[in-house]
Amino acid sequence: MSTVSWLTLRGLFGRRRFLLLLPLPVVLVGLAVLSRWLGVTPRDWGPPVLVGLGLAVVLPVVALIVGTGVLGAEIDDGTVVHILTKPLPRWQIVLPKLAVATAVTGVTVAVPLCAAGLLADSARLGLALAAASAVGALAYSALFLALSLLTRRPVLLGLVYVLIWEGLLGSVVSGTRVLSIQQYVITLADRIAPTDLLLGDVSVPVAASMSALISVGFTVLAIDRLRSFSVAGETS
Amino acid sequence: MTTTSAAPATGTPTAATVALDLAGVSRWYGNVVAVNDVSMSLGPGVTGLLGPNGAGKTTLLHMMAGFLAPSRGMVTLGGRPTWRNPEVYRRLGLVSEREAVQTYLTAYEFVLASAKLHRLADPAAAARRAIALVELEGARDRRIGTYSKGMRQRARVAAALVHEPQVLLLDEPFNGMDPRQRLHMMELLHRLGDAGRTILFSSHILEEVEQVSGTVQVMVAGRLAASGDFRTIRRLMTNRPHVFTVRSTDDRALAVALMAEASVTGVELGRAGLTVRAGDYGAFTRVLPKIALREGVRVRQLVPEDESLESVFSYLVEA
Repeated sequence: MSTVSWLTLRGLFGRRRFLLLLPLPVVLVGLAVLSRWLGVTPRDWGPPVLVGLGLAVVLPVVALIVGTGVLGAEIDDGTVVHILTKPLPRWQIVLPKLAVATAVTGVTVAVPLCAAGLLADSARLGLALAAASAVGALAYSALFLALSLLTRRPVLLGLVYVLIWEGLLGSVVSGTRVLSIQQYVITLADRIAPTDLLLGDVSVPVAASMSALISVGFTVLAIDRLRSFSVAGETS
Repeated sequence: MTTTSAAPATGTPTAATVALDLAGVSRWYGNVVAVNDVSMSLGPGVTGLLGPNGAGKTTLLHMMAGFLAPSRGMVTLGGRPTWRNPEVYRRLGLVSEREAVQTYLTAYEFVLASAKLHRLADPAAAARRAIALVELEGARDRRIGTYSKGMRQRARVAAALVHEPQVLLLDEPFNGMDPRQRLHMMELLHRLGDAGRTILFSSHILEEVEQVSGTVQVMVAGRLAASGDFRTIRRLMTNRPHVFTVRSTDDRALAVALMAEASVTGVELGRAGLTVRAGDYGAFTRVLPKIALREGVRVRQLVPEDESLESVFSYLVEA
């Protein structure tokens, strides 16, 4: 493991905000287990739990906490200077941090989604949800990591994207779904394990290419912004 | 503007040493000019960057360290620009003012991480050496979160020194330190300067700079107000005219007596008392009680007017 990755992991789990990662996946699995135990048909509880909670809330919120935490938290508390005063090309800082954010988000979300998919339908659906959410974890992490360098309020802007763009506009204005990571994840999961529980609104080529474009585009943007990173002008 | 010699504290920069050069550097934020046309060259030895709060010291240090782009001018280290050039950190170390440190790491982990990020051949040995340099061996395996402010500062200095940079920049390194920690840090900076490194530290406290550095750069309102040997600048500061308001039991008699005193350059009699202009602060304050005693006048109030550091620095700009 690279030193940047190690420092990022220590930073992520050394701060209390990592505790925020725990409740949502627990609620997701808890609801799936409860529904199954109560004998509710998967057709009734599957879409709201898997999509409404799992893909629309748990995945983006966990990605937001982690994605803005791997770099944004260091910028906030000033510890980013420790890494930036090293003779490292900036991509050697951004890529390990993106890898850590994607891995932590992926594990935190894929495991409960896999369990919930298994309880709702089949092991195949569980694995499809896990794989698609890993792709979503990468795209969301790239977006939120870049937001950490583009704005001083990455969490707020990230929430606006997740809640307003994907949540509100996505359900009202169909055209906005083309720019919705959530829709790409649903489409990809549905492609891997076709089921009535998941209904994607974008085509598979759009979902795959846009996921790649967002992941690469925002990573390149983050690297470029980090090259020109300025310490806030506190004059004294 | 007062400019004395701009020579470094010890030695002269040569091709073998790495000079930090600023050429006509300015930085503005909208309509606010934080740093205005500063040029200087720093060579081996300890240099103090002195100035009141808001003078632009931190902005200047950030530009030197490659963390801020100059709006105009150029900052170079060994002839290469510091902005957008991570390679400069092979020869430059920075200890920022903000007490930013990973509190969940031990000092050893923190310094070792620095050594690894610098890709040093033997990071463990380098980390141990840097920790020994700041005398933190006894506490190196404790989490930094348990450290005092001075210890944290030393851990940060160790991390900044682990790759033995030629240039070390420290922003207000004595802030929040107790006298013992301050003394320790001063000794460390002395040693580093004596070893031929270029050390620049900022401070708004005259005495700190006096005790550590022979060379000083004085900033006021974003401009380089004075530059050079500390003693010369100190003399300029202490020999400037001082204005006092004096109230006594007999202002008129005291005014007559004061006018005969060499250190007094002018006396004005007013309703609020005497306004006395003195050319020499020390001589006037020593002689005033003697004159009052001789004349049988009781001094009720002696108020130096506008003795703030800002006014002292402003005088340097005007001188």
